[in-house]
Amino acid sequence: MAQEPQAITPTQAITEHTPATEHGGGFPPFDAQTFPSQLIWLAICFALLYLMVSKAVLPRVSGILAARRAKIDSDLADAARLKGDADAAVASYEKALAAARERAHAIATETREKLTAESEAHRKAVEAELADKLHAAEAQIAAGKTKAMANVRGIAVDAASAIVARLADKAPTAGAVDAAVDKALQR
Amino acid sequence: MADPIHQFEIVNLVPLFKVGSTEFAITNSAVFMFTAVVLTALLMLGTTLGRQLVPGRLQSMAEVTYEFVADMIRSTAGEEGLRFFPFVFSLFAFVTFANVLGIIPYTFTVTSQIIVTATLALLVFLTVIGYGLYSHGLGFFRLFVPHGIPGYILPFVVLIEIVSFLSRPVSHSVRLFANMLAGHITLKVFAGFVAGLGTLGAVGWAGATLPLIMVVALTALELLVAFLQAYVFTLLTCIYLADALHPGH
Repeated sequence: MAQEPQAITPTQAITEHTPATEHGGGFPPFDAQTFPSQLIWLAICFALLYLMVSKAVLPRVSGILAARRAKIDSDLADAARLKGDADAAVASYEKALAAARERAHAIATETREKLTAESEAHRKAVEAELADKLHAAEAQIAAGKTKAMANVRGIAVDAASAIVARLADKAPTAGAVDAAVDKALQR
Repeated sequence: MADPIHQFEIVNLVPLFKVGSTEFAITNSAVFMFTAVVLTALLMLGTTLGRQLVPGRLQSMAEVTYEFVADMIRSTAGEEGLRFFPFVFSLFAFVTFANVLGIIPYTFTVTSQIIVTATLALLVFLTVIGYGLYSHGLGFFRLFVPHGIPGYILPFVVLIEIVSFLSRPVSHSVRLFANMLAGHITLKVFAGFVAGLGTLGAVGWAGATLPLIMVVALTALELLVAFLQAYVFTLLTCIYLADALHPGH
């Protein structure tokens, strides 16, 4: 770039093209002789181009673009519809899942309650049975005790009669011994 | 020695007929105008034959071009501007291909002819006036009366608006013509240096590399200018057409 001035010496440029324009005899773009021919060709070409553009080019390209836009729009609509479907499916799945969970919970609760009630009833039955047995045993014990106590009194009467007979050499009356034993047992 | 102006000469390739002293022929200019039309057909129709839903690279080029011009119209003239879509698209395609074709060595640049750019600019100018009067009647002339201007300077503003409106086709056409012309002359001058220095032997060959690099760089620049000027020409067309659609500013 340092040597650039060498390449574009202004004097050189002037000396090179100034004579050229003059000996060319008129500047071609301003040569009116060529105008009619150029105008006719321009009119033909531009008319041809305009016809082609308006009748073929623009309808075709705008058709392509419109078809693409329609395709994209319909695809987007399809996608939105499918997404709605998927959302609905998810929602119904979740609803079903929640219902199932609830039902399972209910069954579990019911089963638990049933089992609890059963075991409770069983326990009560066993308890009642045990209580009955207990009562029977208590009654038996009481009966035994009464019987034993009765025996104890008989023995005490006999023993007292025998003791008195040995000590006093005289058999006491049965009534006196009974009264004395009863009195003693009262204490 | 290379003549930088020679490239702009109209050459009769196949003479057709004569009207008085004017000769009509298939010229180099006509050939490249037709080439621009054919290339537009290839770009826009040849690549979209498949009408693919998912475009390939070539079809994408056609679609991008379509969207580019459509967006340009929408952003400057609004949705109503799309009624001029075929016209604006034709202008864009024609000017772009004419500009870009011209960069290829030994080709002819159609848009370096003032008569071509002036015709296109006048076509736009007359379309603006014609459509403006057709759709708004005399209301079209509100275009020259901006809002919110104090009464005492209004005549001057209106005068300025009218002058600027009338000068539109001039600036519109000369901008494109002059850019193309100047770019191609510069390219040719530097290319001429290469050829000229090349005749001076070894030293000349060494010296010729610098202008050669310049020619390469300028070609890239000209490619940019070709697209840019086509864009500017089309964008100005859209802005002018917006006036015909909404003259009340």
